[in-house]
Amino acid sequence: MPKRVVVTGMGCVTPFGNGWQKLWDNLIAGNSAVSEISSFDTSNFRTKIAAEIKNPDIDPLISKQIYRKFDRFSQFAAAAAKLALLDAGIDPECSGRKRFGVALGNGFGGINTALSQFETLQSRGTKRVSPFCIPMMLSSSAASNISMLFGLNGASETVSTACASSSDAIGLALEKIRSGEADLMLCGGSEAAVNPLIVAAFSSMRALSEKNETPQEACRPFDKERDGFVIGEGAAMLMLESLESATARKAGIYAELAGYGAANDAFHLTQPEPDGLGLVNALKAALSDAGCRPEDVGCINAHGTGTVANDRVEAAAIRTVFGDFAGKIPVTANKPVTGHLLGAAGALEAVASVATLIKDEIPPVINLKNQDPECRLNLVANTSKKAEIETVVSESSGFGGHNSVLIFKKFKG
Amino acid sequence: MYFEKIVEIVTNHLALDEETVKQLTPGSSMKEMKIDSLDIVEIIMKIEDEFEIEIPDEKLKEFQNLGDIAKYIQQIKES
Repeated sequence: MPKRVVVTGMGCVTPFGNGWQKLWDNLIAGNSAVSEISSFDTSNFRTKIAAEIKNPDIDPLISKQIYRKFDRFSQFAAAAAKLALLDAGIDPECSGRKRFGVALGNGFGGINTALSQFETLQSRGTKRVSPFCIPMMLSSSAASNISMLFGLNGASETVSTACASSSDAIGLALEKIRSGEADLMLCGGSEAAVNPLIVAAFSSMRALSEKNETPQEACRPFDKERDGFVIGEGAAMLMLESLESATARKAGIYAELAGYGAANDAFHLTQPEPDGLGLVNALKAALSDAGCRPEDVGCINAHGTGTVANDRVEAAAIRTVFGDFAGKIPVTANKPVTGHLLGAAGALEAVASVATLIKDEIPPVINLKNQDPECRLNLVANTSKKAEIETVVSESSGFGGHNSVLIFKKFKG
Repeated sequence: MYFEKIVEIVTNHLALDEETVKQLTPGSSMKEMKIDSLDIVEIIMKIEDEFEIEIPDEKLKEFQNLGDIAKYIQQIKES
C-alpha cells in the first residue's frame, strides 16, 4: 500500500502580503490585486496592468544578507517556504533532515537576474557580469536555496511545465512520499516575471488582457467579454508529509492529497487541443488515482485564465469528464483576484483548494457579468458560497499542452 | 580614506547591520566576515569601479583582511 499523504502547513507570498489567510480573505471578498504596473514604464506596451507585489515583505522571514543573493522569484519562494514550515509547526532552524525534500515549479526561473546581467554585459562589458548571475538565474535555485536555508537534505528538485509547473511539483512530492523515498516534502512554486520582456512577449501572442482602464475587472474567466489573462507574481507552498509522520509529531492536518494526474495534449506550441483531450485524460487519471467518482467532487478550482481559448476548452473537458454532474459541481477560478502566477499558479490554487476544505466556503469567480454560453459550468459567480465540501479538484494547464490535476479531500482517519 | 570606502562597499555588498559595521577594523578578515570566493570577486569589481583601477586576479588570494585591500589600493594610487 502506498503511504497516505497529508497537508499540514501552507505558506504564500502574494500581493496581499505574507500568509495564506490574507490570500484567502481577499479571494472570499473578491478583492482583485490587479493594478497599473509600477515596476517599469509601460508607455509603449499594449498591456499596462499586472498583479504585482509592490512592497515585498521578506525581511521578517529571511535575513537580507541571505536573500540579496537570491533572484526575486527565489526570495518569494524562500519566504513562502518558511511560512509553510511555521504553519506546520516545524522548526525552520534545523539541519541534517535526510528524509525531508523539496519539489518546486516555475516557468521563468531567475529571469530578472538574466535580464539585468545581460544589460550589464552590454553596457559595461564581460568583466562586470556578477559572479552571482548563475546561482541567481538557475531555475533550480529556489529549491536549492530552500534546502540550504532549512537544512533539508532530501531530494531537491524543480519541475518546469509552463503554467502547470507547480501542480506537477506537488504531484512529484506526492509520489516521493507515497513511495517511501521521503517523509516530508516542501512543495509548490514561485514566479516573478512581471518585467518588460515577458509582458511584451505575452502581448505579442495576444495572450494578455488589454483592459487597462479597468484593471480589477480585466481578468474575466468564462465571461463573454474576456480578452486574455493578467500576469501575477508570488509564491505558494504546501507542507506535505506521510500520515505516519504527521501522526508521530501530532501535527494538525488540513487535508489529504488524494490524487494527481498529468497528461499532455501533444498538439500545438501554445493552443490547447480543441476538445481538451489532455485535460480530460489528466482529470480521469487524477480521479482514478484518488479513488473518486465524478459525483464525489464537491468543487472544481478551474485553471480559468480568462483567455478565449483556455476557458472554452476547459469547460468542454469538465463536461466530458463529469457528464451530467458537470452542471451541478460548483466551479471557481482565482486568477481575476491574484493574477496568473504562471509557474506558481497551480500551487497558489492548491492552497486555495485546501483552504476551501478548511473553511467550507468556495471563493467566487469575480467579473462574471455575461457567462459565455460556450462555457456551460456551474460557476460560483461574483460572491462566495458556503458549502460543506469533501473533495476539491484543482486544474492547471500550460503552453505546450501540459495538464495537471490535483485532488484534495477532507482528512478522515 | 581607502579603508572607509572599502568598508562602505563591503557593507553594501553584504547588507551588514550597523552594529557589525562599527566593529570592522583593518584587521577584519574575509573569513570572519564570511566573504566567500564569489563575494570577493563582486567586491573587487566595485572597488575597481570606485578607484578606477584594475586588480589582477592573482592578488585576490593575497587579501586576507580589509587592511590588505586598503594597503594595495594605496600603493597603486600613490605610486
